[in-house]
Amino acid sequence: MSSSAPARESPRPAPPLDAARLRADFPILSRPVHGRPLVYLDNAATTQKPRAVIDAVSSYYEELNANVHRGVHLLSERATRAYDDARATVARFIGAADPREVIFVRGTTEAVNLVAQTFGRRSVGAGDEVLVTGLEHHSNIVPWQMLCEEKGAALKAVPIDDAGDLDLDAFDALLGPRTRLLAVTQISNALGTVTPLAELVRRAKARGVPVLVDGAQGLPHLGVDVAALGADFYAFSGHKVYGPTGIGVLWGRRELLERMPPWQGGGDMILSVSFEKTVYNELPHKFEAGTPNIAGALGLAAALDYLTRAGPEAVAAHEQALLAYALDALSSVPDLRIVGAPRRRAGVVSFLLGDVHPHDVGTVLDRHGIAVRAGHHCAQPLMRRLGVAATARASFGLYNVREDVDALVRGLHAVREVFA
Amino acid sequence: MTASSELSDLYQEVVLDHGKRPRNFGPLEGATHHAEGLNPLCGDHFTVHARLDGDRLAEVRFEGSGCAISKASASVMTGVVKGKSAAEVEALFERFHRLVTEGPVAASEDLGKLAVFGGVHDYPTRVKCASLAWHALRQALHGGAGAVSTE
Repeated sequence: MSSSAPARESPRPAPPLDAARLRADFPILSRPVHGRPLVYLDNAATTQKPRAVIDAVSSYYEELNANVHRGVHLLSERATRAYDDARATVARFIGAADPREVIFVRGTTEAVNLVAQTFGRRSVGAGDEVLVTGLEHHSNIVPWQMLCEEKGAALKAVPIDDAGDLDLDAFDALLGPRTRLLAVTQISNALGTVTPLAELVRRAKARGVPVLVDGAQGLPHLGVDVAALGADFYAFSGHKVYGPTGIGVLWGRRELLERMPPWQGGGDMILSVSFEKTVYNELPHKFEAGTPNIAGALGLAAALDYLTRAGPEAVAAHEQALLAYALDALSSVPDLRIVGAPRRRAGVVSFLLGDVHPHDVGTVLDRHGIAVRAGHHCAQPLMRRLGVAATARASFGLYNVREDVDALVRGLHAVREVFA
Repeated sequence: MTASSELSDLYQEVVLDHGKRPRNFGPLEGATHHAEGLNPLCGDHFTVHARLDGDRLAEVRFEGSGCAISKASASVMTGVVKGKSAAEVEALFERFHRLVTEGPVAASEDLGKLAVFGGVHDYPTRVKCASLAWHALRQALHGGAGAVSTE
């Protein structure tokens, strides 16, 4: 796996991924839609779940269900251990030195909001700046905008070029003495641009600027080694990495997390409470008020185990090969324009088909059993920069095969027929 | 049923024609009412202009961009509401809305040109597209200028 984020070392070259065989692990892929085989190409929105994840969630409820960190009874003890193990699994997968640096949250959005409302509120003041990029998803823009509004700070954005790559000269110029944080994505959900993350982190850290990485798209395709990357926060969602919805992770550097105030108050996040004073619990519990999403955490751990068994390097190589095949196949469709041409692209292709609106493209493809996303991809500033209101987007996962791309191409010919 | 025959219920010839060559498209001189219609999910964005003569719609035109369904619906709407009062537009919209959400039912008979949207009900995600211009027109008539969003 070649990655701008340092990849974990692989002892030997990964064997190629047998995607056709892995498909059998995903029950939904054998269900028809509109009476046709499902061709699922909306993985950047959410991924399908392997049987192992579904089983982890249901067996928790069937065999283990109890509240964690509370009961003296057997089930609670076992649920607590399983929940703690899930945290350790996440820590191993992302290369975190300490499982206490892994905070379970609802997803990337909640992780970013948590950092904005705690770390951000402490470190950003009037006249300061928060730096994002023109590639960001709304979830890595709006929480910072809200913070800046509250504090009288300014939100700055690193511009992109026509290809969909970040302008690194502009980035250097924007990293100023008032920059209090850089919030940047690992992969653009709309264009598939892989940002030069290691370089961005290096330059920001050289100026003493803390960095938050939105890994929602990055983790499933590139993985991450947070220790090697050198960023301060890394956020991702379970459901985009073959895990359940409603669970995600904020990884943070321990010394920062310890200095940050809690976000939500409640049970689990306290050591002692009196009406005069509350003593907050230690990491990670300080940031996990209330009964957590235990089933979700177990499901996420099962998903990461699944990905580990499949081999992240093999998955990345498979997706890159499929992307190359798709870019070539799509270029054979008349009037099709691929939006963006980044130097490095993950398995995401945004496109326009003549003057057919992406929504109409999506509807016609859907009737052929092909699921793609049509719209602005929660990245309106990026769409505006590229001068398009919306695009259609195909995004790949580990179970996609060339036949899926062939079906997409056939579907696009059908779109052209309808709107001929 | 093949995908293409299913799709022809939604994308009827008349719909495709209005989507490609929208009628009453452009600004309106002497307009008395305007409103924007915005679907933030897909970026469809129309402005509807209306000129009232007494309590009757003398002319309705629209501008903007959107998908085939939203554009065709706006185009057909500008034709069928001509000469109608705000109350009549409201009654017509209610029947149109039933058509695109529930499909052709007794109440939607004799909807005239609007009947071409009878296939929309089978595509729940496209109901907002078909309704967008109508919401904007109603906003223009009731709330004066302003923007209306499908969300």
